[in-house]
Amino acid sequence: MSTTFYNQIAANKRQSLLLAIAVAAILGVFGFVIGYALTGRAEGGIAATLIAVAVAALSSIGSYLAGDKLVLATSQAREVDEQTAPQLMNVVREISIAAGVPMPHVYVIEDSAPNAFATGRDPEHASVAVTTGLLEKMDREELQGVLGHELSHVRNYDIRFTLLVGVLVGSVALLSDFFLRWTFWFGGGARSSNDDRDRGGGGLQVFFFILAIVLSILAPIAARLVQLAVSRQREYLADASSVELTRNPHGLERALETIATDREVLEVASRATQHLYFTNPIKKFEARASGLMSTHPPIVERVNRLRELTGEQPLDPNEAAVLSGLD
Amino acid sequence: MLPLIIVLVVIAVIVVFVIAIYNGLVQRRLRIDEAFAQIDVQLKRRHDLIPNLVNAVKGYMDFEQDVLTRVTEARANAIAAGAQGPAEQAQAENMLTGALRSLFAVVENYPQLKANENVLNLQEQLTTTENQISFSRQHYNATVLDYNQSIQTFPNVLIAGPFGFIKREFFAAEPEAQEVPVVALR
Repeated sequence: MSTTFYNQIAANKRQSLLLAIAVAAILGVFGFVIGYALTGRAEGGIAATLIAVAVAALSSIGSYLAGDKLVLATSQAREVDEQTAPQLMNVVREISIAAGVPMPHVYVIEDSAPNAFATGRDPEHASVAVTTGLLEKMDREELQGVLGHELSHVRNYDIRFTLLVGVLVGSVALLSDFFLRWTFWFGGGARSSNDDRDRGGGGLQVFFFILAIVLSILAPIAARLVQLAVSRQREYLADASSVELTRNPHGLERALETIATDREVLEVASRATQHLYFTNPIKKFEARASGLMSTHPPIVERVNRLRELTGEQPLDPNEAAVLSGLD
Repeated sequence: MLPLIIVLVVIAVIVVFVIAIYNGLVQRRLRIDEAFAQIDVQLKRRHDLIPNLVNAVKGYMDFEQDVLTRVTEARANAIAAGAQGPAEQAQAENMLTGALRSLFAVVENYPQLKANENVLNLQEQLTTTENQISFSRQHYNATVLDYNQSIQTFPNVLIAGPFGFIKREFFAAEPEAQEVPVVALR
């Protein structure tokens, strides 16, 4: 089966948008249910949702404005320039030209595990970091593929997109937390005693109350799962966009295969920063084959999608087993 | 009174739309011009690097003067062709690419040259410049594609014609003069 990177890019954007709308819908329904359960009025639901979104948004402003510096500091990245890393800067420059974006800041992380990440709210404020392990193990074509993937994250405004989805998911978590605490501390005393005539009646509100408790447990989980699906879609999008830049799926494919079979664990990565990296850095080698709970798609699937672009056969079961670490 | 207000609002909305589309088309057209100018920047960079490379290898390569001469002449032709037009320039630049490839093929036979840090540095510079030239051309084609798509799809197509937005051409690579590099084994 064969397709073009244009088609893959369009499909990925469409799917990630639908998923983001799904998170917003979860938030909307959940907020409405809670608000109605607490106040017996629909307006209460809207108010509750808006407040939760505002709080989550405020707490994300710091991440939006200075998140990249924080991530770079915690990853022990050091900035490089034409004198200290001429060849790396050249390759970054080549890909920036292909992408039509300004040169990002370039950082190097001292670690033998091959990996890379990009951060920055838009192409004018972007940084890209690679490990020394990556620089050792990649040839120029592979490095172009990896950097193309990373710069595409910036070019597709992925940092912003995932932050937005993160705010929505955070709002769901906030509402859930708030409601469960309210219920725990104040019991059922939330029914307002005024305006008895205007409300839909106590029975409906009790129903919503029970529904709200159930959703308070389920909604955060559902939102988180959708958020992870969004993250995976954006990874596929970055892969396809990298091919748009380099016009060479093989470089990226070889890079993925090299990294997949490398047994090292990236030491500076943590649960907080794992989603930024080129491949999932914190899972142990055997567990890297992923499912619903991973920020990254399985490497086998990523390689197969790249093979679709050149009309090649997908990986056969033996090759797939090697790449997922199940051999 | 109400029908008049509705008509005015509809007209206002249409005007805003037209302005937005027009501005978008202008932006896309300007991006093409910028991308085209960037190709020239990369080509000039290559012209500037070549004399250093020729000087660095000249001392070692007494018997390969014809290859070095080819490179120097191709460079001069490329600079001159810059004033003639895009097609002539592209062809001259491609001949220069061919001459440089011959030179690097020959350098492979000189171990002292291959280990020379100056030469290695210049080789990297030229490699990255070649890549930057082809990525610049690719990016130029991407901006042309974006613009052409914009002026041909609905509803922009209604506005593009009257305001004089015409289709732009892609960059088409001229076929290089196919010469097999002569590798003299001494």
